[in-house]
Amino acid sequence: MITLLYFARYREVLGLDSEQLVFAKPCTVQDVIEQLKQRGEPWSSTLSDSKLMLAVNQTIASAEQELNDGDELAFFPPVTGG
Amino acid sequence: MSSLLEAYVQTEDFDIAQEYQYLRENNSECGAFVSFLGQVRDFNEGDSVSSLELEHYPGMTEAVLNKLLQEASDRWAISRAKIIHRVGALQASDKIVWVAVSSAHRADAFAACEFLIDALKTQAPFWKKECAEHGERWLDAKDSDQAKARQWMK
Repeated sequence: MITLLYFARYREVLGLDSEQLVFAKPCTVQDVIEQLKQRGEPWSSTLSDSKLMLAVNQTIASAEQELNDGDELAFFPPVTGG
Repeated sequence: MSSLLEAYVQTEDFDIAQEYQYLRENNSECGAFVSFLGQVRDFNEGDSVSSLELEHYPGMTEAVLNKLLQEASDRWAISRAKIIHRVGALQASDKIVWVAVSSAHRADAFAACEFLIDALKTQAPFWKKECAEHGERWLDAKDSDQAKARQWMK
């Protein structure tokens, strides 16, 4: 099981801020993205955003990163604080 | 001597006079104090802005801010550095962010302070949603902010 988090614009568009996902190892971030896109819209277009950023366990990560049980995977648009 | 580094993410406002006093007290080895204050503009991209909603990623935000403070301390001779970033609902003219640095000499204090705000803007997971005349909108990241942050890459 991994925890998925969605922030800002993505959270609003998807209507969800977090969920638990059952997954089978080996599994990369990209595999999770493909699985979520299978849900259709608005998942497909949201997760195809060229500016999509992701973090695994609160550290910026790439789509190639392998996931482990208990990981926290977050999806968010480019940051705009300050 | 190790630096005193602090980061706070909070909904509450902060007091500039108190923050300056905090930076200066028992700090006689420092001759330079540099701060940056960011506040909510009432106008953006041709629209008047009435309020702002600031969202963040609890946990990661604090981790990123602490990492940036450590990097600033490693790169410049600073004595104290403090970041305060507010989240939640903010109105025009409300304070958003405070970055303050003390150092023996001004060059290190200026550089560290500018690095911290530039890096915060492109790395710390905060997102702004504006409530303007023509409705709500999530702000887009600016290429100019990315370019500014890149200047500090070693």
